[in-house]
Amino acid sequence: MRVAIIGFGAVGQGVAAVLADPVHGFTLTGVADSRSAIMNGDGLNPEEILAKKKETGLCGIEGKSAADILASGVFDILVEASPTNANGGEPATSLIRSTLRSGRHVVTSNKGPIASAYHELKAIADEQKVGLGYEATVAGAVPVINGIRHGLAGNTIRSLYGILNGTCNYILTRMRDEGLTYQQALQEARDLGYAEADPTYDVKGIDAAIKLVILANTLLGMNVTLSDVDISGIDLVTVEALNLAEDEGSTVRLIGEIIPERKIIRVSPRVLALDHPLVVDGTLNAIQVCTDMAGHVTFIGRGAGAQPTASAILADLISIRDYYGGRS
Amino acid sequence: MTCRRVRTHRCDNVRVSMKLELKDTPGQLLGALKPISDIGGNIITVIHQRDGTSAENTLIVDITIELPEHKLESLIATLQERGCGVVRVGKERLHQKRSLIMIGHLMHTDLTDTVDHIDQTGYAEVSELHMVMPAINEPSTAKITIRAESPEDMRRAISILHEVTARKEILVLEPLEGME
Ligand SMILES: NC(=O)c1ccc[n+]([C@@H]2O[C@H](COP(=O)([O-])OP(=O)(O)OC[C@H]3O[C@@H](n4cnc5c(N)ncnc54)[C@H](OP(=O)(O)O)[C@@H]3O)[C@@H](O)[C@H]2O)c1
Repeated sequence: MRVAIIGFGAVGQGVAAVLADPVHGFTLTGVADSRSAIMNGDGLNPEEILAKKKETGLCGIEGKSAADILASGVFDILVEASPTNANGGEPATSLIRSTLRSGRHVVTSNKGPIASAYHELKAIADEQKVGLGYEATVAGAVPVINGIRHGLAGNTIRSLYGILNGTCNYILTRMRDEGLTYQQALQEARDLGYAEADPTYDVKGIDAAIKLVILANTLLGMNVTLSDVDISGIDLVTVEALNLAEDEGSTVRLIGEIIPERKIIRVSPRVLALDHPLVVDGTLNAIQVCTDMAGHVTFIGRGAGAQPTASAILADLISIRDYYGGRS
Repeated sequence: MTCRRVRTHRCDNVRVSMKLELKDTPGQLLGALKPISDIGGNIITVIHQRDGTSAENTLIVDITIELPEHKLESLIATLQERGCGVVRVGKERLHQKRSLIMIGHLMHTDLTDTVDHIDQTGYAEVSELHMVMPAINEPSTAKITIRAESPEDMRRAISILHEVTARKEILVLEPLEGME
Protein backbone atom coordinates (compact mmCIF):
# COMPACT_ATOMS: atom_id res chain seq x y z
CA MET A 1 0.00 0.00 0.00
CA ARG A 2 1.09 3.59 -0.64
CA VAL A 3 1.86 5.83 2.33
CA ALA A 4 2.14 9.63 2.58
CA ILE A 5 3.70 11.24 5.66
CA ILE A 6 2.59 14.68 6.84
CA GLY A 7 4.99 16.21 9.37
CA PHE A 8 8.62 15.26 8.96
CA GLY A 9 10.18 15.74 12.39
CA ALA A 10 11.34 13.05 14.80
CA VAL A 11 8.30 10.84 14.24
CA GLY A 12 7.82 11.40 10.49
CA GLN A 13 11.48 10.68 9.85
CA GLY A 14 11.34 7.63 12.08
CA VAL A 15 8.45 6.29 10.00
CA ALA A 16 10.28 7.00 6.72
CA ALA A 17 13.33 5.13 8.01
CA VAL A 18 11.16 2.13 8.88
CA LEU A 19 9.36 2.18 5.50
CA ALA A 20 12.74 2.18 3.75
CA ASP A 21 12.98 -1.49 4.68
CA PRO A 22 11.14 -3.36 1.88
CA VAL A 23 10.33 -6.22 4.25
CA HIS A 24 7.32 -4.21 5.53
CA GLY A 25 5.93 -3.91 2.02
CA PHE A 26 4.81 -0.28 2.01
CA THR A 27 5.67 2.31 -0.63
CA LEU A 28 6.34 5.91 0.40
CA THR A 29 4.63 8.20 -2.10
CA GLY A 30 4.38 11.57 -0.36
CA VAL A 31 6.11 13.63 2.35
CA ALA A 32 5.35 17.11 3.70
CA ASP A 33 6.85 19.31 6.39
CA SER A 34 5.85 22.85 7.34
CA ARG A 35 7.40 24.51 4.30
CA SER A 36 7.66 21.93 1.54
CA ALA A 37 6.27 18.73 0.08
CA ILE A 38 7.10 16.02 -2.46
CA MET A 39 4.99 13.30 -4.01
CA ASN A 40 5.26 10.54 -6.61
CA GLY A 41 2.71 7.82 -7.16
CA ASP A 42 5.40 5.39 -8.27
CA GLY A 43 7.26 5.72 -5.02
CA LEU A 44 9.88 7.95 -3.41
CA ASN A 45 13.22 6.92 -2.00
CA PRO A 46 12.96 7.39 1.79
CA GLU A 47 16.71 7.54 2.26
CA GLU A 48 17.14 10.34 -0.26
CA ILE A 49 14.40 12.38 1.38
CA LEU A 50 15.85 11.83 4.86
CA ALA A 51 19.24 13.01 3.58
CA LYS A 52 17.73 16.05 1.89
CA LYS A 53 15.83 17.02 5.05
CA LYS A 54 19.02 16.74 7.05
CA GLU A 55 21.01 18.89 4.65
CA THR A 56 18.49 21.55 3.68
CA GLY A 57 15.83 21.48 6.36
CA LEU A 58 13.25 20.79 3.64
CA CYS A 59 11.89 17.40 2.63
CA GLY A 60 10.59 18.46 -0.76
CA ILE A 61 9.76 21.35 -3.03
CA GLU A 62 9.42 24.69 -1.30
CA GLY A 63 5.96 26.16 -1.57
CA LYS A 64 4.24 22.78 -1.92
CA SER A 65 2.30 21.49 1.06
CA ALA A 66 0.25 18.71 2.58
CA ALA A 67 -2.76 20.05 0.66
CA ASP A 68 -1.02 19.28 -2.63
CA ILE A 69 -0.40 15.69 -1.55
CA LEU A 70 -4.03 15.37 -0.57
CA ALA A 71 -5.17 16.79 -3.91
CA SER A 72 -2.89 14.46 -5.83
CA GLY A 73 -4.49 11.42 -4.25
CA VAL A 74 -1.36 9.30 -4.76
CA PHE A 75 -1.62 7.42 -1.46
CA ASP A 76 -3.79 4.87 0.33
CA ILE A 77 -2.85 5.69 3.92
CA LEU A 78 -2.00 9.10 5.35
CA VAL A 79 0.42 9.17 8.30
CA GLU A 80 -0.25 12.41 10.15
CA ALA A 81 2.71 13.37 12.39
CA SER A 82 2.57 17.15 12.66
CA PRO A 83 2.78 19.02 15.99
CA THR A 84 0.00 18.60 18.53
CA ASN A 85 -2.38 21.51 18.91
CA ALA A 86 -4.22 20.75 22.13
CA ASN A 87 -6.90 23.25 21.26
CA GLY A 88 -9.02 21.69 18.51
CA GLY A 89 -6.13 19.94 16.80
CA GLU A 90 -6.03 22.16 13.70
CA PRO A 91 -4.82 22.15 10.99
CA ALA A 92 -4.40 18.39 11.37
CA THR A 93 -8.07 17.73 12.22
CA SER A 94 -9.26 19.22 8.92
CA LEU A 95 -6.59 17.34 7.01
CA ILE A 96 -7.59 14.04 8.59
CA ARG A 97 -11.28 14.75 8.01
CA SER A 98 -10.79 15.40 4.28
CA THR A 99 -8.53 12.38 3.89
CA LEU A 100 -11.11 10.09 5.48
CA ARG A 101 -13.88 11.65 3.39
CA SER A 102 -11.87 10.89 0.26
CA GLY A 103 -12.00 7.23 1.25
CA ARG A 104 -8.39 6.94 2.45
CA HIS A 105 -7.08 5.51 5.69
CA VAL A 106 -5.37 7.65 8.36
CA VAL A 107 -2.77 6.72 10.97
CA THR A 108 -1.72 9.47 13.34
CA SER A 109 0.61 10.17 16.24
CA ASN A 110 -0.97 13.59 16.72
CA LYS A 111 -3.02 13.81 19.94
CA GLY A 112 -4.85 17.01 19.02
CA PRO A 113 -7.34 15.66 16.46
CA ILE A 114 -8.01 12.44 18.39
CA ALA A 115 -8.54 14.21 21.71
CA SER A 116 -10.81 16.86 20.26
CA ALA A 117 -12.71 15.15 17.43
CA TYR A 118 -12.45 11.37 17.75
CA HIS A 119 -16.16 10.59 17.65
CA GLU A 120 -16.71 12.70 14.55
CA LEU A 121 -13.62 11.37 12.73
CA LYS A 122 -14.44 7.77 13.63
CA ALA A 123 -17.97 8.20 12.26
CA ILE A 124 -16.57 9.44 8.94
CA ALA A 125 -14.08 6.55 8.83
CA ASP A 126 -16.86 4.02 9.49
CA GLU A 127 -19.09 5.56 6.86
CA GLN A 128 -16.28 5.46 4.31
CA LYS A 129 -15.23 2.00 5.50
CA VAL A 130 -11.63 3.09 6.07
CA GLY A 131 -9.28 2.76 9.05
CA LEU A 132 -8.33 5.39 11.62
CA GLY A 133 -5.25 4.31 13.62
CA TYR A 134 -3.95 6.32 16.57
CA GLU A 135 -1.96 3.84 18.66
CA ALA A 136 1.03 6.24 18.66
CA THR A 137 -0.90 9.06 20.35
CA VAL A 138 -0.76 7.41 23.78
CA ALA A 139 2.35 5.90 25.37
CA GLY A 140 4.47 5.64 22.20
CA ALA A 141 5.46 2.07 21.52
CA VAL A 142 3.23 0.60 24.21
CA PRO A 143 0.26 -1.09 22.49
CA VAL A 144 -2.27 0.15 24.99
CA ILE A 145 -4.96 1.19 22.51
CA ASN A 146 -4.96 -2.04 20.56
CA GLY A 147 -4.24 -4.04 23.71
CA ILE A 148 -7.36 -2.75 25.42
CA ARG A 149 -9.60 -2.61 22.34
CA HIS A 150 -8.75 -6.03 20.94
CA GLY A 151 -6.81 -7.87 23.63
CA LEU A 152 -9.38 -7.06 26.32
CA ALA A 153 -12.42 -6.96 24.02
CA GLY A 154 -15.63 -7.66 25.91
CA ASN A 155 -14.19 -6.63 29.27
CA THR A 156 -15.61 -3.71 31.20
CA ILE A 157 -12.86 -1.35 32.36
CA ARG A 158 -13.51 -0.43 35.99
CA SER A 159 -10.46 1.81 36.36
CA LEU A 160 -7.41 2.95 34.49
CA TYR A 161 -4.24 4.39 36.03
CA GLY A 162 -1.23 5.44 34.02
CA ILE A 163 2.16 7.07 33.83
CA LEU A 164 1.62 8.84 30.54
CA ASN A 165 4.36 11.45 30.43
CA GLY A 166 7.99 10.36 30.25
CA THR A 167 9.37 13.82 31.03
CA CYS A 168 7.56 14.02 34.37
CA ASN A 169 8.46 10.46 35.21
CA TYR A 170 12.11 11.16 34.47
CA ILE A 171 12.13 14.25 36.69
CA LEU A 172 10.45 12.45 39.62
CA THR A 173 12.76 9.46 39.23
CA ARG A 174 15.82 11.71 39.41
CA MET A 175 14.45 13.65 42.39
CA ARG A 176 14.05 10.39 44.25
CA ASP A 177 17.26 8.65 43.18
CA GLU A 178 19.64 11.61 43.43
CA GLY A 179 17.84 13.96 45.81
CA LEU A 180 17.74 16.63 43.07
CA THR A 181 15.34 19.53 43.42
CA TYR A 182 12.57 19.87 40.84
CA GLN A 183 14.49 22.66 39.10
CA GLN A 184 17.72 20.66 38.94
CA ALA A 185 15.99 17.56 37.60
CA LEU A 186 14.12 19.64 35.01
CA GLN A 187 17.38 21.20 33.84
CA GLU A 188 18.91 17.77 33.50
CA ALA A 189 15.90 16.54 31.49
CA ARG A 190 16.32 19.53 29.17
CA ASP A 191 20.03 18.88 28.74
CA LEU A 192 19.28 15.30 27.76
CA GLY A 193 16.55 16.31 25.33
CA TYR A 194 13.74 14.75 27.41
CA ALA A 195 12.11 18.10 28.07
CA GLU A 196 11.23 20.93 25.70
CA ALA A 197 12.66 24.43 26.15
CA ASP A 198 9.15 25.32 27.31
CA PRO A 199 8.21 22.35 29.48
CA THR A 200 4.84 23.74 30.61
CA TYR A 201 2.78 21.31 28.56
CA ASP A 202 4.52 18.32 30.15
CA VAL A 203 5.18 19.37 33.75
CA LYS A 204 1.75 20.95 34.29
CA GLY A 205 0.15 17.62 33.40
CA ILE A 206 -1.55 18.84 30.20
CA ASP A 207 0.08 16.26 27.93
CA ALA A 208 -0.96 13.44 30.26
CA ALA A 209 -4.48 14.89 30.45
CA ILE A 210 -4.85 14.92 26.65
CA LYS A 211 -3.85 11.25 26.60
CA LEU A 212 -6.45 10.51 29.27
CA VAL A 213 -9.10 12.20 27.15
CA ILE A 214 -8.11 9.95 24.24
CA LEU A 215 -8.30 6.81 26.40
CA ALA A 216 -11.60 7.89 27.98
CA ASN A 217 -13.33 8.75 24.69
CA THR A 218 -11.99 6.02 22.49
CA LEU A 219 -11.89 3.04 24.85
CA LEU A 220 -13.98 3.72 27.92
CA GLY A 221 -17.14 4.94 26.25
CA MET A 222 -16.90 8.44 27.69
CA ASN A 223 -17.36 11.79 25.99
CA VAL A 224 -15.08 14.29 27.70
CA THR A 225 -12.88 17.21 26.74
CA LEU A 226 -9.63 18.53 28.16
CA SER A 227 -11.54 20.96 30.36
CA ASP A 228 -13.28 18.04 32.11
CA VAL A 229 -9.95 16.72 33.39
CA ASP A 230 -8.94 17.72 36.90
CA ILE A 231 -5.23 18.52 36.40
CA SER A 232 -2.29 19.16 38.74
CA GLY A 233 1.28 18.96 37.54
CA ILE A 234 4.57 18.12 39.19
CA ASP A 235 6.13 21.59 39.27
CA LEU A 236 5.31 22.10 42.95
CA VAL A 237 6.53 18.71 44.17
CA THR A 238 9.29 19.11 46.74
CA VAL A 239 12.21 16.87 47.65
CA GLU A 240 10.68 16.76 51.17
CA ALA A 241 7.54 15.18 49.70
CA LEU A 242 9.62 12.43 48.12
CA ASN A 243 11.45 11.92 51.42
CA LEU A 244 8.22 11.70 53.44
CA ALA A 245 6.89 9.17 50.94
CA GLU A 246 10.15 7.23 51.05
CA ASP A 247 9.85 6.90 54.85
CA GLU A 248 6.75 4.80 54.22
CA GLY A 249 8.26 2.73 51.42
CA SER A 250 6.54 4.85 48.80
CA THR A 251 7.37 7.43 46.19
CA VAL A 252 5.67 10.11 44.10
CA ARG A 253 4.63 9.74 40.44
CA LEU A 254 2.38 11.72 38.11
CA ILE A 255 -0.66 9.51 37.61
CA GLY A 256 -3.53 9.78 35.16
CA GLU A 257 -6.68 8.22 36.58
CA ILE A 258 -10.04 7.32 35.06
CA ILE A 259 -12.86 5.69 37.00
CA PRO A 260 -15.77 5.77 34.55
CA GLU A 261 -18.44 4.79 37.06
CA ARG A 262 -17.55 7.64 39.43
CA LYS A 263 -16.92 10.05 36.55
CA ILE A 264 -13.38 10.61 37.81
CA ILE A 265 -10.84 11.77 35.27
CA ARG A 266 -7.77 13.45 36.66
CA VAL A 267 -4.03 13.88 36.49
CA SER A 268 -2.17 14.45 39.73
CA PRO A 269 1.03 13.57 41.55
CA ARG A 270 0.28 10.57 43.77
CA VAL A 271 1.98 8.57 46.47
CA LEU A 272 2.58 4.93 45.40
CA ALA A 273 4.24 2.02 47.17
CA LEU A 274 7.67 1.43 45.69
CA ASP A 275 6.67 -2.08 44.66
CA HIS A 276 3.56 -0.88 42.82
CA PRO A 277 3.66 -2.02 39.17
CA LEU A 278 3.20 1.57 37.99
CA VAL A 279 6.43 2.71 39.65
CA VAL A 280 8.61 2.57 36.54
CA ASP A 281 11.85 4.50 36.17
CA GLY A 282 13.10 7.17 33.83
CA THR A 283 11.12 8.01 30.72
CA LEU A 284 9.12 4.78 30.68
CA ASN A 285 5.34 4.82 30.46
CA ALA A 286 2.98 2.40 32.20
CA ILE A 287 -0.76 1.84 32.18
CA GLN A 288 -2.74 -0.40 34.47
CA VAL A 289 -6.37 -1.26 33.89
CA CYS A 290 -8.68 -3.22 36.11
CA THR A 291 -11.44 -5.04 34.27
CA ASP A 292 -14.38 -7.19 35.31
CA MET A 293 -13.00 -10.38 33.79
CA ALA A 294 -9.23 -10.01 33.40
CA GLY A 295 -8.58 -8.29 36.74
CA HIS A 296 -5.44 -6.15 36.65
CA VAL A 297 -3.46 -5.87 33.44
CA THR A 298 -0.36 -3.67 33.22
CA PHE A 299 1.38 -2.35 30.09
CA ILE A 300 4.91 -0.95 30.39
CA GLY A 301 7.29 0.38 27.75
CA ARG A 302 8.83 3.29 25.90
CA GLY A 303 6.48 6.22 25.64
CA ALA A 304 8.42 8.37 23.18
CA GLY A 305 11.27 8.55 20.72
CA ALA A 306 11.39 8.32 16.96
CA GLN A 307 11.70 4.56 16.70
CA PRO A 308 9.29 3.49 19.46
CA THR A 309 6.68 5.85 18.02
CA ALA A 310 7.35 4.55 14.50
CA SER A 311 6.77 1.05 15.90
CA ALA A 312 3.23 2.00 16.94
CA ILE A 313 2.56 3.67 13.59
CA LEU A 314 3.87 0.66 11.68
CA ALA A 315 1.61 -1.64 13.72
CA ASP A 316 -1.40 0.49 12.74
CA LEU A 317 -0.32 0.47 9.07
CA ILE A 318 -0.02 -3.30 9.11
CA SER A 319 -3.40 -3.75 10.84
CA ILE A 320 -5.03 -1.58 8.20
CA ARG A 321 -3.37 -3.54 5.40
CA ASP A 322 -4.41 -6.85 6.97
CA TYR A 323 -7.98 -5.71 7.41
CA TYR A 324 -8.61 -3.66 4.25
CA GLY A 325 -5.64 -4.79 2.14
CA GLY A 326 -7.60 -6.92 -0.31
CA ARG A 327 -9.53 -3.90 -1.46
CA SER A 328 -6.91 -1.51 -2.77
CA MET B 1 10.67 21.64 62.15
CA THR B 2 8.80 18.52 62.98
CA CYS B 3 5.62 18.28 64.98
CA ARG B 4 3.51 15.29 65.72
CA ARG B 5 0.28 14.96 67.51
CA VAL B 6 -1.93 12.13 68.50
CA ARG B 7 -5.52 12.79 69.43
CA THR B 8 -7.92 10.98 71.65
CA HIS B 9 -11.17 9.72 70.24
CA ARG B 10 -14.38 11.55 70.72
CA CYS B 11 -17.44 10.17 72.46
CA ASP B 12 -19.04 8.51 69.48
CA ASN B 13 -19.95 5.03 68.47
CA VAL B 14 -16.96 2.76 68.77
CA ARG B 15 -16.36 -0.54 67.10
CA VAL B 16 -15.15 -3.01 69.69
CA SER B 17 -13.86 -6.54 69.37
CA MET B 18 -14.10 -8.82 72.43
CA LYS B 19 -13.10 -12.31 73.27
CA LEU B 20 -15.71 -13.85 75.58
CA GLU B 21 -15.40 -17.00 77.64
CA LEU B 22 -18.74 -18.74 78.19
CA LYS B 23 -19.87 -21.94 79.80
CA ASP B 24 -20.63 -24.38 77.03
CA THR B 25 -24.25 -24.89 78.02
CA PRO B 26 -27.38 -24.05 76.04
CA GLY B 27 -28.54 -20.44 76.21
CA GLN B 28 -25.20 -19.01 77.35
CA LEU B 29 -24.38 -17.27 74.10
CA LEU B 30 -27.82 -15.74 73.83
CA GLY B 31 -27.51 -14.57 77.42
CA ALA B 32 -24.30 -12.78 76.57
CA LEU B 33 -25.58 -11.12 73.42
CA LYS B 34 -28.79 -9.84 74.96
CA PRO B 35 -27.22 -7.10 77.12
CA ILE B 36 -25.49 -5.79 74.01
CA SER B 37 -28.72 -5.12 72.19
CA ASP B 38 -30.32 -3.91 75.44
CA ILE B 39 -27.88 -1.00 75.63
CA GLY B 40 -28.33 -0.14 71.94
CA GLY B 41 -25.24 -1.84 70.59
CA ASN B 42 -24.97 -3.42 67.15
CA ILE B 43 -23.59 -6.89 66.74
CA ILE B 44 -21.35 -7.03 63.69
CA THR B 45 -19.80 -10.51 63.84
CA VAL B 46 -19.87 -13.53 66.14
CA ILE B 47 -17.23 -16.21 65.69
CA HIS B 48 -17.13 -19.42 67.76
CA GLN B 49 -13.86 -21.15 68.43
CA ARG B 50 -14.55 -24.74 69.32
CA ASP B 51 -11.08 -25.99 68.69
CA GLY B 52 -8.07 -26.60 70.93
CA THR B 53 -6.98 -24.16 73.54
CA SER B 54 -10.12 -23.62 75.64
CA ALA B 55 -10.68 -25.69 78.71
CA GLU B 56 -13.42 -28.36 78.87
CA ASN B 57 -16.93 -26.99 78.94
CA THR B 58 -15.80 -23.54 77.95
CA LEU B 59 -16.79 -21.80 74.76
CA ILE B 60 -14.63 -19.03 73.36
CA VAL B 61 -16.46 -16.51 71.20
CA ASP B 62 -14.99 -13.58 69.29
CA ILE B 63 -17.51 -10.84 68.77
CA THR B 64 -17.36 -7.46 67.11
CA ILE B 65 -19.92 -4.87 68.11
CA GLU B 66 -20.59 -1.19 67.71
CA LEU B 67 -21.86 0.83 70.66
CA PRO B 68 -21.68 4.29 72.20
CA GLU B 69 -18.27 4.54 73.79
CA HIS B 70 -19.50 5.59 77.22
CA LYS B 71 -21.57 2.42 77.52
CA LEU B 72 -18.62 0.08 77.11
CA GLU B 73 -17.63 -0.07 80.80
CA SER B 74 -21.12 -0.89 82.01
CA LEU B 75 -21.54 -3.53 79.31
CA ILE B 76 -18.38 -5.30 80.47
CA ALA B 77 -19.63 -5.17 84.05
CA THR B 78 -23.01 -6.62 83.07
CA LEU B 79 -21.40 -9.44 81.12
CA GLN B 80 -19.16 -10.34 84.05
CA GLU B 81 -22.12 -10.30 86.46
CA ARG B 82 -23.74 -12.87 84.23
CA GLY B 83 -20.75 -15.15 84.58
CA CYS B 84 -19.34 -14.46 81.19
CA GLY B 85 -15.57 -13.90 81.15
CA VAL B 86 -14.38 -10.96 79.09
CA VAL B 87 -10.90 -12.04 78.13
CA ARG B 88 -9.85 -9.21 75.84
CA VAL B 89 -11.28 -5.93 74.56
CA GLY B 90 -9.97 -4.08 71.51
CA LYS B 91 -11.34 -0.69 70.63
CA GLU B 92 -11.37 0.51 67.11
CA ARG B 93 -13.47 3.37 65.91
CA LEU B 94 -11.67 4.95 63.02
CA HIS B 95 -10.35 1.95 61.25
CA GLN B 96 -9.76 3.57 57.89
CA LYS B 97 -6.37 5.23 57.68
CA ARG B 98 -4.84 7.27 54.87
CA SER B 99 -1.65 9.31 54.74
CA LEU B 100 -1.49 12.20 52.31
CA ILE B 101 1.19 14.76 51.55
CA MET B 102 0.47 18.48 51.46
CA ILE B 103 2.79 21.00 49.79
CA GLY B 104 2.41 24.75 50.06
CA HIS B 105 2.53 27.64 52.48
CA LEU B 106 1.00 25.53 55.22
CA MET B 107 1.68 27.79 58.22
CA HIS B 108 0.81 31.06 56.47
CA THR B 109 -2.49 29.58 55.40
CA ASP B 110 -3.49 28.52 58.93
CA LEU B 111 -2.67 24.86 59.30
CA THR B 112 -4.89 24.57 62.38
CA ASP B 113 -7.86 25.67 60.33
CA THR B 114 -7.02 23.13 57.62
CA VAL B 115 -6.88 20.33 60.20
CA ASP B 116 -10.03 21.55 61.99
CA HIS B 117 -12.05 21.13 58.81
CA ILE B 118 -11.39 17.41 59.03
CA ASP B 119 -11.71 17.12 62.80
CA GLN B 120 -15.06 18.94 62.79
CA THR B 121 -16.68 16.35 60.52
CA GLY B 122 -17.35 13.97 63.41
CA TYR B 123 -16.61 10.97 61.16
CA ALA B 124 -12.94 11.61 60.45
CA GLU B 125 -9.96 13.15 62.16
CA VAL B 126 -6.33 14.01 61.69
CA SER B 127 -4.40 11.58 63.82
CA GLU B 128 -0.91 12.59 62.86
CA LEU B 129 0.86 15.47 61.21
CA HIS B 130 4.50 15.56 60.29
CA MET B 131 5.71 18.82 58.81
CA VAL B 132 9.03 19.72 57.23
CA MET B 133 9.90 23.37 56.62
CA PRO B 134 13.10 23.82 54.62
CA ALA B 135 13.25 27.63 54.99
CA ILE B 136 11.08 30.62 55.80
CA ASN B 137 9.04 31.65 52.75
CA GLU B 138 9.73 28.37 50.97
CA PRO B 139 6.78 26.04 50.59
CA SER B 140 6.62 23.49 53.39
CA THR B 141 5.65 19.85 53.07
CA ALA B 142 3.63 17.78 55.52
CA LYS B 143 2.42 14.25 55.84
CA ILE B 144 -1.09 14.23 57.22
CA THR B 145 -2.72 11.03 58.43
CA ILE B 146 -6.49 10.91 58.41
CA ARG B 147 -8.59 8.29 60.14
CA ALA B 148 -12.22 7.73 59.30
CA GLU B 149 -14.97 5.27 60.11
CA SER B 150 -15.67 3.89 56.64
CA PRO B 151 -14.27 4.11 53.11
CA GLU B 152 -17.13 6.44 52.21
CA ASP B 153 -16.31 8.71 55.18
CA MET B 154 -12.67 8.69 54.13
CA ARG B 155 -13.67 9.75 50.64
CA ARG B 156 -15.77 12.58 52.05
CA ALA B 157 -12.95 13.69 54.36
CA ILE B 158 -10.43 13.73 51.52
CA SER B 159 -12.76 15.74 49.33
CA ILE B 160 -13.18 18.27 52.17
CA LEU B 161 -9.39 18.47 52.40
CA HIS B 162 -9.24 19.09 48.64
CA GLU B 163 -11.76 21.92 48.90
CA VAL B 164 -9.98 23.63 51.78
CA THR B 165 -6.51 23.25 50.30
CA ALA B 166 -7.57 24.42 46.83
CA ARG B 167 -8.55 27.77 48.36
CA LYS B 168 -5.14 27.96 50.02
CA GLU B 169 -3.21 26.88 46.93
CA ILE B 170 -1.90 23.81 48.68
CA LEU B 171 -1.11 20.76 46.55
CA VAL B 172 -2.38 17.47 47.99
CA LEU B 173 -0.79 14.18 47.01
CA GLU B 174 -3.18 11.30 47.60
CA PRO B 175 -2.02 7.74 47.90
CA LEU B 176 -2.82 5.42 45.03
CA GLU B 177 -4.48 2.50 46.69
CA GLY B 178 -7.73 0.59 46.77
CA MET B 179 -7.59 0.19 43.00
CA GLU B 180 -11.10 -0.77 42.06
N1 LIG C 1 8.41 12.58 19.50
C1 LIG C 1 7.75 11.59 20.09
O1 LIG C 1 8.36 10.73 20.72
C2 LIG C 1 6.27 11.47 19.94
C3 LIG C 1 5.62 10.35 20.51
C4 LIG C 1 4.24 10.19 20.35
C5 LIG C 1 3.54 11.17 19.66
N2 LIG C 1 4.17 12.26 19.15
C6 LIG C 1 3.39 13.23 18.40
O2 LIG C 1 3.72 13.11 17.03
C7 LIG C 1 3.68 14.38 16.39
C8 LIG C 1 5.04 14.67 15.78
O3 LIG C 1 6.01 14.71 16.80
P1 LIG C 1 7.53 15.00 16.50
O4 LIG C 1 8.27 14.73 17.75
O5 LIG C 1 7.94 14.34 15.27
O6 LIG C 1 7.47 16.58 16.28
P2 LIG C 1 8.56 17.49 15.56
O7 LIG C 1 9.88 16.84 15.60
O8 LIG C 1 8.40 18.86 16.09
O9 LIG C 1 8.09 17.50 14.02
C9 LIG C 1 6.93 18.11 13.58
C10 LIG C 1 6.95 18.09 12.07
O10 LIG C 1 5.73 18.61 11.58
C11 LIG C 1 6.00 19.57 10.57
N3 LIG C 1 4.90 20.51 10.47
C12 LIG C 1 4.57 21.54 11.27
N4 LIG C 1 3.45 22.13 10.84
C13 LIG C 1 3.08 21.47 9.71
C14 LIG C 1 2.01 21.63 8.80
N5 LIG C 1 1.10 22.57 8.95
N6 LIG C 1 1.94 20.77 7.74
C15 LIG C 1 2.85 19.80 7.58
N7 LIG C 1 3.88 19.61 8.44
C16 LIG C 1 3.98 20.44 9.49
C17 LIG C 1 7.29 20.20 10.99
O11 LIG C 1 7.87 20.82 9.87
P3 LIG C 1 9.35 21.45 9.85
O12 LIG C 1 10.26 20.24 9.79
O13 LIG C 1 9.36 22.23 8.58
O14 LIG C 1 9.48 22.25 11.08
C18 LIG C 1 8.05 18.97 11.46
O15 LIG C 1 8.62 18.31 10.36
C19 LIG C 1 3.28 15.37 17.46
O16 LIG C 1 1.90 15.59 17.37
C20 LIG C 1 3.66 14.67 18.73
O17 LIG C 1 2.85 15.08 19.80
C21 LIG C 1 5.53 12.41 19.27
